[in-house]
Amino acid sequence: MDQKKLKGGIFNKISDTNLLLVITIVIFLLMYIGAIIFQGSGFKKPQMFFNILNANAALIITACGMSIVMISGGIDISVGGVVALVSMCCAVYLDKANGNVWVSMLIAIGIGLAFGLVQGTLVAYFDIQPFIVSLAGMFFARGMTTIVNTKPFNVQNQSFVKLKETRIKIPGMGSYNKKGMYIPAYIEIGVVVALVLVVILFLVLRYTKLGRSFYAVGGNKQSALMLGINVRRTKFLSHMLCSLLAGIGGYVYFLNVGSGAASHASGMEMNAIASSIIGGTMLTGGVGNLVGTLFGVLSLSTIQNIVASAGLGEAWWTGITIAAMLCLFLLIQSIVIRQKKRALKT
Amino acid sequence: MNRSIFKKITGNQLFIPIMALLLLAVINLIVDPGFFKVNLGTNNAGNPVLSGYLITILDYGSELAILAIGMTLVTAASGGQDISVGATIAIAGSAMLRVLCGTNPRPDAIQAPIIVAFLVACLVGMLCGAFNGALVSVFKIQPMIATLVLFTAGRSIAAWINVNKLPIVPDPKFAYFGGFIPGIPIPTTVFIVIACIIVITLVLKFTNLGLYTQAVGINEKSARLNGINPTFIKFLAFVILGLCVAVAALIKVSRLSTINYSVIAKDIEMDAILAVALGGNALSGGKFNMWASILGAYVIQFLTTTLYKFNVQSDALAAYKAVVVILLVFFSAPKVREYIGDFFKKLKAGKAEKKENKGEA
Repeated sequence: MDQKKLKGGIFNKISDTNLLLVITIVIFLLMYIGAIIFQGSGFKKPQMFFNILNANAALIITACGMSIVMISGGIDISVGGVVALVSMCCAVYLDKANGNVWVSMLIAIGIGLAFGLVQGTLVAYFDIQPFIVSLAGMFFARGMTTIVNTKPFNVQNQSFVKLKETRIKIPGMGSYNKKGMYIPAYIEIGVVVALVLVVILFLVLRYTKLGRSFYAVGGNKQSALMLGINVRRTKFLSHMLCSLLAGIGGYVYFLNVGSGAASHASGMEMNAIASSIIGGTMLTGGVGNLVGTLFGVLSLSTIQNIVASAGLGEAWWTGITIAAMLCLFLLIQSIVIRQKKRALKT
Repeated sequence: MNRSIFKKITGNQLFIPIMALLLLAVINLIVDPGFFKVNLGTNNAGNPVLSGYLITILDYGSELAILAIGMTLVTAASGGQDISVGATIAIAGSAMLRVLCGTNPRPDAIQAPIIVAFLVACLVGMLCGAFNGALVSVFKIQPMIATLVLFTAGRSIAAWINVNKLPIVPDPKFAYFGGFIPGIPIPTTVFIVIACIIVITLVLKFTNLGLYTQAVGINEKSARLNGINPTFIKFLAFVILGLCVAVAALIKVSRLSTINYSVIAKDIEMDAILAVALGGNALSGGKFNMWASILGAYVIQFLTTTLYKFNVQSDALAAYKAVVVILLVFFSAPKVREYIGDFFKKLKAGKAEKKENKGEA
């Protein structure tokens, strides 16, 4: 009896956002430690972790944007298309027109802003369902990518390749290979961009008026309106921010792969949504945390790596395992929240 | 008097999809009147078949129309959408092939009657629907997220069922479902759609399913207080969608007599949701109009066929589709209609004022 009371007390003190965040981080740590213990070899090296970061920097950025939209009660499934369009446009500009790297970054941001402007206006000021608007956005971006250029190709532009090859070495984290040579651990530029963005956006969401109004609008539109928040502008800005982040994420993705192709980032929107959910963001709005999203991305890719290195040869195991993990996360979230509600009632 | 009739017509949910169909038809009529020609020819087997763009639209729009039926119910009951239908089609289709071909991917004869294979596919589809439905109704997970699980796993499970082999059905009878029955020049898929529509119409007419679904979608709590079990209604909606998926899978697999796990019914979930939205149904649940959704499905197919006719590349198709969709949704949005109405009112008021001014002068 006493124990129950105590449990209820702890549950009551933690907000929904923090509770889900704690669950995510704990599960991620358990999974990673489990991987180190049972699979050893690859996971023991810190570089394994950095590789996960390198490969998923773009996903981290787009998932952050997705979380912000979801926190304010919307959804944006156009991000994968925007990423593909950005990388294709930048690739064509750099390779075929022999353009400037800095200008290509502006192109990326410009595409992101353009998508955000149109989608945000339609959602916020014309009350059209965000799912449909961003669905059309996804169709448009994917279609435009093939119209810009059909065949996939690698970018040869010198200054771009130089930027792409830039590695930031991390002291003390390297490892020795079989011959006893020391290989330093490294991360790519994109990871730095992603982590800086996560920190900035986290602070914005937590300490600024705009950040708080995202939560307020997503939690309850009516009461947000009563509080004097400009609901339409907040919704508009959330979509704007998401598309802008998709643009930046697209450039980071482009930096990682160094090529343009219509099939790039296929299904990225679903990965971004899944990461946000695993990170504790709720689609109903008002609940979420960007640190959770970061861990969501890490969890998702850790599962992928575990399956890949576990030697389950057949390709289908990846999909099934990820889905099973996703299902598990969802069930845990659902049960925990229900328990909490029950504890609050009694 | 006139205005109220006008309002009644434009206010009807069927107005937008019908207008879209008419608009597409007129555009096609202007560009090429041959679009509407229907020829009676013979196919390779020497059987009479109807051919022409209109027949293509009716034929290839049928999977979407069947899915739209289930998707409308799910949308209305749960206020969310099922994004796993494409993946579930792959699972059901794979199961069907496994029953038909056994473990040998190149059998000389089918291993089980087609009806058994179809019933197994129905069972599999309903199981998938039940899984989604349980996550949504019992565990209260948002539908889009709950169905993300099967969306991610579906195609992998489909490949796993047949150990990644691509069996080919040897019986030519199996191809009838997605093609033509000898002697009947109308595509079989049209009859399947009509059968589905009749069944759902009867169900909606003679049971409380439609009413209960809308009640749950509009307000779950008050539906509960009125003695409706929202958990069961939502669950049922997903199971019905599972059944629709199995029928769509039969058509899809029958068209090729084989399956390609990663490509079959790809992105069909987006089109199905779009069909529901084009029909003017709120994606947030509540009231629904089944006919509008089915019409919406054919609008999408009409658009696709029109674009193909204009020699648009299949990869670039999506961009044009997006523009049309945005325009359609834009002009059917209540807010935009309000703006336009206000604008016309102002225009009229302005004219009236001018007249008055003139009269005074």
